[in-house]
Amino acid sequence: MSFFDRLFHWFTSSANWSGSNGIPELFWRQLELSAVVVVTALIIGGGLGVVLGHTGRGGLVAVNAANAFRAVPTLALLTLLAIQPSISLKWGGFLASWIALTALAIPPILTNTFVGMREVDADVREAAKAVGLTGGQVLRRVEAPLAAPFVMAGVRTAAIEVVATSTLAAFVSYSDLGTYVISGLNTQNTVLSVAGALLVGVMAGVVALSLGLITRAVTPIPLRSRVRARTLTAGTAAR
Amino acid sequence: MLLLGANPFFRWSYVTSQWGQIQADLVQHIELTLLAVAIGTVISIPLAVLAWRFRIVRTPVFGVASALYIIPSLALFAVLGGIIPGGYVPPHSWLTAEVALVGYTLLILIWNTVAGLNAVPSDAREAATALGYSPTAALMRVDLPLARPYIFAGLRVATSTVIGLVTVTALIGLGGLGQQITYGFNIGYNTPIIVGLVLSIILAAIADLLLVGAQRLAVPWSRTSRRARQGS
Repeated sequence: MSFFDRLFHWFTSSANWSGSNGIPELFWRQLELSAVVVVTALIIGGGLGVVLGHTGRGGLVAVNAANAFRAVPTLALLTLLAIQPSISLKWGGFLASWIALTALAIPPILTNTFVGMREVDADVREAAKAVGLTGGQVLRRVEAPLAAPFVMAGVRTAAIEVVATSTLAAFVSYSDLGTYVISGLNTQNTVLSVAGALLVGVMAGVVALSLGLITRAVTPIPLRSRVRARTLTAGTAAR
Repeated sequence: MLLLGANPFFRWSYVTSQWGQIQADLVQHIELTLLAVAIGTVISIPLAVLAWRFRIVRTPVFGVASALYIIPSLALFAVLGGIIPGGYVPPHSWLTAEVALVGYTLLILIWNTVAGLNAVPSDAREAATALGYSPTAALMRVDLPLARPYIFAGLRVATSTVIGLVTVTALIGLGGLGQQITYGFNIGYNTPIIVGLVLSIILAAIADLLLVGAQRLAVPWSRTSRRARQGS
């Protein structure tokens, strides 16, 4: 049988579509982990970015620290957490993966949120104050909508990275699609590795597309064509 | 060979007794990184120039580079290792690792080079034309040199990205400092993981400093203008 025949056979064999090591279960577990991580990172990184961007203080320090944090290899963080007895026993590798991947996802969201908040035209902010909006109202009704596309660019970058990297969680015993990839690598079972890789690719594509749609939905209509070019740059710088 | 049992946060004696191995891993990490960034640059700059000059080239170039960038690193190693015979174990996994790592540098480098070429002031280009430069001469002697700050910005991002990704190649028998990380994990011992983590960060910081230094040499006008400003 050729490689593609075996790959096709793997995907069509009903044994691979059921049970705790079946495609639906592992796909779901990876999506679940990624979603929890991105939401946590959005709360922490986005929250910090909004506060720093709104007050305009301490932002550069935070952005630089976030960038320096990018140099930390996720594999190191993940394995270090996973061998601490107090963490490793929690929820079959979920806790270690959650913390390590959140650390990976915060920098792009924080940086993009901060940049988005600072990109809000100072005149617009002044005008909002001049018509009598309070600080909180300026944040909610002016700064937040204008910064939203930038925040989403950060979320998109982070989410793709997290989906990709959560395959490594299988290395520290959280079973997800990475389980296929890693056991394939260990047993030199090319079909298994490639099948896992394809499934992760599908997930990354689906996540990228759906977040693209959400970005469009949260972008104020007059900004839609203008912002796209800039957010692309912001997203690219982030990985 | 190691004394297990107690797992302190960090044990110096590990570093001193294993220094030979740590050094070998560090060297491999640098080799994998340098090769990937160098090949990535050699491929990216001509592609970026083509994408910048010809609209027809732009879409496929950015399409392929973005696709390579989105594919998870572990998945890319798995797929390439499946295509390349014996690509999951050294020595052939070198090829697997390099093809994947180069793939990750492409989008960053092409994007930045195109941005740099787009940012060349039209005055400079018109002056070159007026002086009788052919389009190729203008590209080599005006456009590309003026795009250097952007190209260097791309090189910095690409280098730090690759330094981080190299650790993952430990799963295909390479890894550089990633070897320390997987070793520490396998024996449940903190110190090798911390060695791998800290040395990766130091390596990324040094590489970044070197690139900033190289940029100063390659873009002397930014320094002179700063000096002139300070002097005035």
